[in-house]
Amino acid sequence: MTTTDWTAGRIAAAVRDGEISAREVVDAALARIERYDGDVGAFLHVEQSGARRAAATVDNLPAAQRRTLPLAGVPVAVKDNVVTRDMPTTAASRILEGFRAPFDATVVARLRQAGALIVGKTNLDEFAMGSSTEHSAFHPTRNPWDLTRVPGGSSGGSAAAVAARMVPLALGSDTGGSIRQPAAYCGVVGMKPTYGRVSRFGLIAFASSLDQIGPLARTVADARLLYRVIAGSDPCDSTALEGDAGEGLDEAVSLNGLRIGLPREYFGDGTDRRIRSVVAHALDRLESSGARLVEVSLPHTPYAISTYYLIAMAEASSNLSRYDGVRYGMRAGGRDLLDMYETTRAEGFGAEVKRRILLGTHALSAGYYDAYYLKAQKVRTLIRQDFDTAFLEVDVIATPTTPDLPFRLGERETDPLQMYLSDIFTVTSNLAGIPSLVVPVGVADGLPVGLQWMAPPLADGRLLAIAELCEKTVAIEPNWPLGGTMS
Amino acid sequence: MMPAFDVIIGLEVHVELNTASKLFCSCSTQFGADPNTETCPVCLGMPGVLPVLNRTAIALAVRAALALDCQVHTISKFDRKQYFYPDLPKAYQISQFDQPLAEHGALTMTEDGAARRIRIRRIHVEEDAGKLNHLGERLGDASGSLVDLNRAGVPLIEIVSEPDLRSADQARLYLTELKTILSYLDISDLRMEEGSMRCDANVSLRPAGYTGDVEDLPRSEIKNVNSFRNVQRGIEYEIERQSNLLRQGGRIVRETRGFDDASGRTYSQRSKEEAHDYRYFPEPDLPPLVLAETWIDQQKRALPVLPDAIRQMLRAQGIPAREAEVLVQDRAAFGYWQEATSLVADARLVTNWMLSDVARLINAAGQGFASSAVPPARLAELLKLLLAGTISGRMAKEILEKMFETGERAPDLVQSLGLSQITDQSAIAAVVREVLQGNPGVVQDYLGGKSKALAFLVGQVMKRTRGQAKPELANAVLKEILEAEYGATTP
Ligand SMILES: [Zn+2]
Repeated sequence: MTTTDWTAGRIAAAVRDGEISAREVVDAALARIERYDGDVGAFLHVEQSGARRAAATVDNLPAAQRRTLPLAGVPVAVKDNVVTRDMPTTAASRILEGFRAPFDATVVARLRQAGALIVGKTNLDEFAMGSSTEHSAFHPTRNPWDLTRVPGGSSGGSAAAVAARMVPLALGSDTGGSIRQPAAYCGVVGMKPTYGRVSRFGLIAFASSLDQIGPLARTVADARLLYRVIAGSDPCDSTALEGDAGEGLDEAVSLNGLRIGLPREYFGDGTDRRIRSVVAHALDRLESSGARLVEVSLPHTPYAISTYYLIAMAEASSNLSRYDGVRYGMRAGGRDLLDMYETTRAEGFGAEVKRRILLGTHALSAGYYDAYYLKAQKVRTLIRQDFDTAFLEVDVIATPTTPDLPFRLGERETDPLQMYLSDIFTVTSNLAGIPSLVVPVGVADGLPVGLQWMAPPLADGRLLAIAELCEKTVAIEPNWPLGGTMS
Repeated sequence: MMPAFDVIIGLEVHVELNTASKLFCSCSTQFGADPNTETCPVCLGMPGVLPVLNRTAIALAVRAALALDCQVHTISKFDRKQYFYPDLPKAYQISQFDQPLAEHGALTMTEDGAARRIRIRRIHVEEDAGKLNHLGERLGDASGSLVDLNRAGVPLIEIVSEPDLRSADQARLYLTELKTILSYLDISDLRMEEGSMRCDANVSLRPAGYTGDVEDLPRSEIKNVNSFRNVQRGIEYEIERQSNLLRQGGRIVRETRGFDDASGRTYSQRSKEEAHDYRYFPEPDLPPLVLAETWIDQQKRALPVLPDAIRQMLRAQGIPAREAEVLVQDRAAFGYWQEATSLVADARLVTNWMLSDVARLINAAGQGFASSAVPPARLAELLKLLLAGTISGRMAKEILEKMFETGERAPDLVQSLGLSQITDQSAIAAVVREVLQGNPGVVQDYLGGKSKALAFLVGQVMKRTRGQAKPELANAVLKEILEAEYGATTP
């Protein structure tokens, strides 16, 4: 019996029924982390004692109470830009080295409430800025499928931990693809919910109007399980949506007659031939199972990358201003106030973060605001309208997730622009605020390929249902890396 | 020769709203707590926190906007005003930039008997910053600075006037009237010394013949002056300084100036070249603020009676303008007056007693009208005794002092001091007869036509009754007996 191969759903059921103890589950997870994380580097912090304490709490509950826990005894990894009361939270930045938050993020509180065992904090690109997890101030994370390659980013630690079966579930955050791109690179399911469906309270802000926390899992059912726990309104987040987040989560969907939109702007030559072929194969299977493939157009797609980076950097420059050495985290220099600010931020932030703060500050400066930020907001509206129009014709949209297969560590470090451009297929969901989910649909040259699904706002439940059909229809038997099979 | 300049003044007034909790978190707004004890992750700007708007603060701000005749917008939004300073935890202040809560208001003040309307450009809501306590004289040479974030996140409104003020006196009048109006709304403590009301003054001079926009004139902004008096002094100094400069052919630069209380001068703090670029942009953590038209109307209907209406009402009751102004400007005094006049109909009598004897006694005791040892109902009891003729005015003054001393009520004091007037005609008649018998010479004088003799006889009656006889009654009884029993003829 290897619980590390189990789905979260199976673990929770077994723990609820007392077939297995939470303690056994957490020990197995911690042992696997111990064995493989030296190579993978998915974690920035492993919380053995806290996880075991949480397991004991679950095990000691009266059975009747334990039976109500949706994530009873399920080990979960949390991206290190989500604050936790009993563990460090660094956002993979020197400037927050040693920082401990005095409170739990809303999603973390909900995990604990649901009986989950938080085993640690996963690596990311510093402040979630990057697509490779190489921009962590502490160490890079490697792709479990090929340790010479990146796991994607910025939620690379969470995706790698799930792919390496250290945990069945992990939380990521997605500002422009930071859950979905690593999910594709690591062959797991990753979901960015509708903006506002999941509370951002306790998520260290990168770009507030784009950030959204979401689940990473090995199956769509597990992603739904985690989503169900974390979604819902929150009095601490004014942008969290009211209403029933569970709505449509159990909706039955059929492939028969399902209109799948294929935006022509997403199927160009710029995408790696091997990805195109895996995606085409998956779409064929869906079509032969009754789905209708409909070509649609999202005409403002060419402006998405510049729009996204302008808004994201502008907001980031503001959100990261609070790291000034005055109240918490790192402080350096100190000849005078200005010296303290400058030295702290010069030494505390990495190169990519500084690049974005500078660009974002510039974009908001007097005389540039209208030309950059304001214009970007206008284009954002147009991009949202593109989707509104497309969803009049189709139920759901399917696209490749990334133009490229996972690249090798160091390969793109000198070319930030190339790195930015590779977010082309994922940033539009964030700009439009719509839910989007990546599900693995094949392997090319030993590397996983994910298909991205996008749905209208608030159709998170439908999106999950469609993705689950896709998962069943395009059955791939991934040869999970680092030994073992899925069960 | 005096070159002609028009003085152009606009005022920006910050008013701290007296909500129980801060604008974006649930921390207390209590003034004077130990440093950093009224803080939480949100107002400390910890990683991961988000603001949640305090709707009560909005209700208070809307009340101010409506009282100042502003148009309250059904949709406004919050923006981030960004700059680095240790008292600003997030390195941005959540404020309102291009879509403020309210605009296009006005305030009417009276200058030398004439009404003068000053337009209000806008009112917006924002959070306050914390405070730095410098260990040393100034930040520049301080050995260190301690940050206290208790005040960080306390709700403020900023009330921006149009540049309609033309003198330092007018500026002071405006501030006085503004404070008076706000004092009726229960939205702020309005204490300049505690920083719950703060004023910045923009001063520029418009040369004769200048036809451009006054906004384009170079101006100095006098920052954070701590009293109305000093706002006036600062502006006076600034008018003097700028006109001297212009007369000497100098150029005024746009700058921020501080005010030095001791010398009465302003000094340059920051020129336009060094001015901040605040990089305003919409606050993504807060949705737009949407207010229902019906709710705004409801707030408008719920406004209390405002100073202008009170002045009219006082005038209608025959209260002279000077007295009326004293009552209006001290809201507690007006409250006192209202309660007292609801019990004693003679509004002028109440006003006279309040503003002379009561005011003198509460001042001496270090009290205000709100905390007066003699509350309005007790004053009314006293004045009723006076109006009924039970006591004389002189007695009433004596009793009032005793009321302040002992806290006892007027009717009880009348009893215990034996101070009531003799109003029983037969009792007075007996005394009158004694007096007439004891002063035959004076009686003869009176009968012989010396009407002044009567005053002496009244005085004797008062003396015998130890002042308790009601003088008018003594007078009448004397005349009556002199006619009936001594054959006096009515003059
Ligand atoms: Zn607070």
